Amino acid sequence: MKLTLKIWRQESPADKGRFAVYEMNDVAEDVSFLELLDILNQRLIKKGERPVAFDHDCREGICGSCGFMISGIAHGPQKLTTTCQLFMRQFKDGDTIVAEPFRSRAFPVIKDLIVDRSALDKIVQAGGFISARTGSAPDGNAIPIPKKDADLSMDAAACIGCGACVAACPNGSAMLFTAAKISHLGLLPQGQPERKQRALRMVAKMQELGFGACSNHGECEAVCPKGISIDFIARLNRDYMVASALETMEPVKKV
Amino acid sequence: MELNSKVPSGPIEKKWEKHRFDMKLVNPSNKRKYKIIVVGTGLAGGAAAASLGQLGYEVEAFCYQDSARRAHSIAAQGGINAAKNYQNDGDSVYRLFYDTVKGGDFRSREANVYRLAEVSNAIIDQCVALGVPFAREYSGYLANRSFGGAQVSRTFYARGQTGQQLLLGAYAALSREVALGSVKMFPRHEMLDLVVIDGHAKGIVVRDMITGKISSHAADTVLLATGGYGNVFYLSTNAKGCNATAIWRAHKKGAFFANPCFTQIHPTCIPVAGEHQSKLTLMSESLRNDGRVWVPKKAGDTRKPWEIPEDERDYYLERIYPSYGNLAPRDVSSRAAKRMCDEGRGVGPGGRGVYLDLFDAMNRLGRDVIAARYGNLFEMYERITGEDPWKWPMRIYPAVHYTMGGLWVDYNLMSNLDGLHVLGEANFSDHGANRLGASALMQGLADGYFVIPYTVADYLAKVKPGTRPSVDHPAFKEAEREVEARTKKLLAVGGKKTVDEFHKELGQVMWEYVGMGRNEAGLKTALQKIPQIRERFWKEVLVPGSGSDLNQELEKAGRVADFLELGELLAYDALMRDESCGAHFREEHQTPDGEALRDDEHFAYVAAWEYKGEGKAPELHKEPLTFENVHLAQRSYK
Repeated sequence: MKLTLKIWRQESPADKGRFAVYEMNDVAEDVSFLELLDILNQRLIKKGERPVAFDHDCREGICGSCGFMISGIAHGPQKLTTTCQLFMRQFKDGDTIVAEPFRSRAFPVIKDLIVDRSALDKIVQAGGFISARTGSAPDGNAIPIPKKDADLSMDAAACIGCGACVAACPNGSAMLFTAAKISHLGLLPQGQPERKQRALRMVAKMQELGFGACSNHGECEAVCPKGISIDFIARLNRDYMVASALETMEPVKKV
Repeated sequence: MELNSKVPSGPIEKKWEKHRFDMKLVNPSNKRKYKIIVVGTGLAGGAAAASLGQLGYEVEAFCYQDSARRAHSIAAQGGINAAKNYQNDGDSVYRLFYDTVKGGDFRSREANVYRLAEVSNAIIDQCVALGVPFAREYSGYLANRSFGGAQVSRTFYARGQTGQQLLLGAYAALSREVALGSVKMFPRHEMLDLVVIDGHAKGIVVRDMITGKISSHAADTVLLATGGYGNVFYLSTNAKGCNATAIWRAHKKGAFFANPCFTQIHPTCIPVAGEHQSKLTLMSESLRNDGRVWVPKKAGDTRKPWEIPEDERDYYLERIYPSYGNLAPRDVSSRAAKRMCDEGRGVGPGGRGVYLDLFDAMNRLGRDVIAARYGNLFEMYERITGEDPWKWPMRIYPAVHYTMGGLWVDYNLMSNLDGLHVLGEANFSDHGANRLGASALMQGLADGYFVIPYTVADYLAKVKPGTRPSVDHPAFKEAEREVEARTKKLLAVGGKKTVDEFHKELGQVMWEYVGMGRNEAGLKTALQKIPQIRERFWKEVLVPGSGSDLNQELEKAGRVADFLELGELLAYDALMRDESCGAHFREEHQTPDGEALRDDEHFAYVAAWEYKGEGKAPELHKEPLTFENVHLAQRSYK
C-alpha cells in the first residue's frame, strides 16, 4: 500500500521543530510501525539526510521504550497496543499518518520523537517500592495472598511505564501511572507497612515534577497499551486521603 | 595461562556454605570507601546494584536505555525455577542441580550449578517480599507450572510477564537506593571501554548518548551485567539495543571469552514474515504444556490445517520423544522442527514453520481455561501475524534466543582479569551448552542478589581502601582517546552502505553457517566471509551525523563493528569444538537418530579464548570439566 508519513522533526530541545512529509510506497501490511520508520531511515541515510530519532528496544510491547502520538492518539488507533506492535494492516492504502512525540510539560522533547520520561523514574524513587533488604525475606508461602488480590495486583503491575497515559491526558497528569504502582503494592500484604507513606511521597513528587491533576477525563485508560483501569486511581485517592488524615510525610530513610 | 576456577573443596552440598565462611568480609564502616561500577540494570545488574547499595558500598549503575526498568530481562515471559517442592512432586535442590547439569549437556561447572539450585529458593522469597505478584492458587499459596526439560512443576510465574515483574521488583529496590543516594544511576549511557591499570579492572569509559560526551568513571571493582550477544545473528528475540560491546571491549582488554559457540535457538518463535523484519518474537514455551506440535505427514501438503485429518498429521515430538513429548528441551525441539522443514513438511509462507496446536487442550479444558493461561499470548500472536489462534493453530519456528557463552568467570564470578566481575547472561558459567526454560531469570537474580554481594566483599577486602585511581590517571585518558578515535573513524568512512545492511549481511552468514546445524565446511566458509564483511564495513559503511549529540546510527555502528569481530570468534570456537553438545550441533557428530553426540574424552572442557591482537588467532585456554556428582551420560529425553 501507499502511505504518507507526516513526522515531527526537531534537532534538539532548543530547536522549534516542524513536520516533514514522506511518501512511502509498496508498504506491506505485515510491516510494523517501527519497521516503517526503519525503512524510511534507510532511505534518508542513503540520501544523506538525517534519520528520524525514536526510542525503541524490545519491539514486543513490554519494555515501554517506544511510543508516539500517531494521528493524534498515543500509540495509535489500535486498542491495547504499543507502537511497536502496531502493524500496517491497521491502515488503508492512501492514508496519511501523523507521528509526533508524546507531548507533556513533564516530558521535554530530546530529539524528533524522543522525549525525556525520567520524571516517571523519579516518582518510583519517591516511594514505589517495598523496603525489603536482600536476604531478609521469609518463605514465599509464609503469607498466603488471596488469588483475587494477587490477580488484581498483577493487573496494576502490568504497567510498562511508557508514558502514554501522561501524553493522552489534557492535564498532563501521571495519575494512572502512579495509581498503578500504588495499587500493585497496596493490594499485597507485603506492601502494607509503607502504604500510607508511599501514597504521600509519590503524589507529592508527581506534583513537584510538573504533572497535572486528574479530572476523570479517562483518556489515559483508553490509550493504555496494557489496559490499566482508572479504578486504580480511586485506590490512589483513597490511600492518599487516609494517609493525609493520619500521617505526615517522612523522607525515605535507610533501614 | 592457568585457569583457576577457585571451586572450594568438600562435598558439593557444602561448598557454598564453606566458601561463605572462608571468604573475607568488609568492615561496615569501610564499605562506603569502596566504589563499585555496575554496567547493565537487568535482573543481574539491577539486583546487584540494589543489594550492594543496601550493604553500604558506593555504587554507580549504567544502562543504555532511558530507564533501568527497560533492560531486556523484562521480555522474559514464562517463569523462574526454584527447588521449593511446593508441589510435593519429588523436586529438590539436588534434582534442580541434576536437571540443569544434564540439560546443559555436561558442559557447565558442577559447583556453580549446585550453588544456583541452592539459592533458587531464596530468590522466590526475596521477590515475594519485594511485591512480585506471582500467580497464586485459590488457597493463597504460590502456583507452579512445568516447563521444557523438566518433569516436575518448579516454575513460578506472573502470567506471561514473569521477567517484567521480577525486573520491576529489582528496579523498585534499585530505585529506593537511588533515592537514598547509595546508588547513582546513569541511564542513556553506553560503556565503550574497560580501563585496566596494572592488571586490575579499575573503571570504564562511557558515552552519554544524548550529548555524545565521553567520560571516565573509576571504581574499586567493575561488574558487567550486560546480557548476551544473540544479536550477532541480526534477527533474534533480543531487544534491538542488546549488544556485546561491553563484554567485547573487556575481552579485548584481556578478559577471556568462554564457549562463544553455545548459542540457544528457541523452538517457539513466530516465523519470519519478510525482508523488512527487524526482530523475532518469542511465544512463551509454556504453550508447549498444553500445545501439540505437528506437521503434515506428506511433504508439500498445502491444505488448511483443519482439512488435514488426524492420521495424516505427524506429532513428531510425541512420536520421537514419548516420555518428554512436547516438553523436550529447547535444543532438541528446535532441531526437530528444522529437520521437519528440511524434509519439505514445514507449513506457512516459505515452508519454515510448524504448527503449535492447542485445539485438543481447548476441547479438553474449555476455552476459558486456555484464555486464562494463554490469552495474552494469543493476542500478541494475532497482532503480529494477523491470524486468529482461536481459529488457526499457531505457526512457530526456532529463533536465536539466548547465549550460554560469555566472559569466563571463576566460582566468585570474577573473570581472569582481576577486579572484573561478570554476572547473568554475560558470563558463561551455569548453563553449559544449553539452557533450560525458566533458568535464565533464576541465574540473573542468583548472581545479583545472592552471589556477588558475598564474593565482591571477598575481593574488596584485599583492596586497600582509598587506593582507587583518579580518572586523571593516564590509563583513563588513553582509553578516552581510543574511544574518541574510534568514533571519529566510524564517522569518517563515508561509504554508501548503511549499518543495518552490514548487520543483516553478517546475520545471514551466522544463521546459514553457524546456526542450528553446523559443519566443518560451512564454518570454514563463515570464517572466510566474516572478515570480508568486516573489511568492507570499515571501507564502505555510511554513518551519518556527528559524535557530539544523540546519534542512533553511530551507536549501532559501534555495536555492529564489535559483532563483526565476535562473530568470527563464535564461528572459530564452533569449528574447534569438533563434537556436538547441547545447542552446539555439529552435523558430523550425531547419533543414528539425529541427536547430539558428545565427545567427552576430547571436549569435556570450557574453551576460554584470549584475544591476541588484530589479525592474530585467539589463544585457547582450557578449563577441564569434571563431573563428580552427575555422571556423564548421553542425554535422553525419550
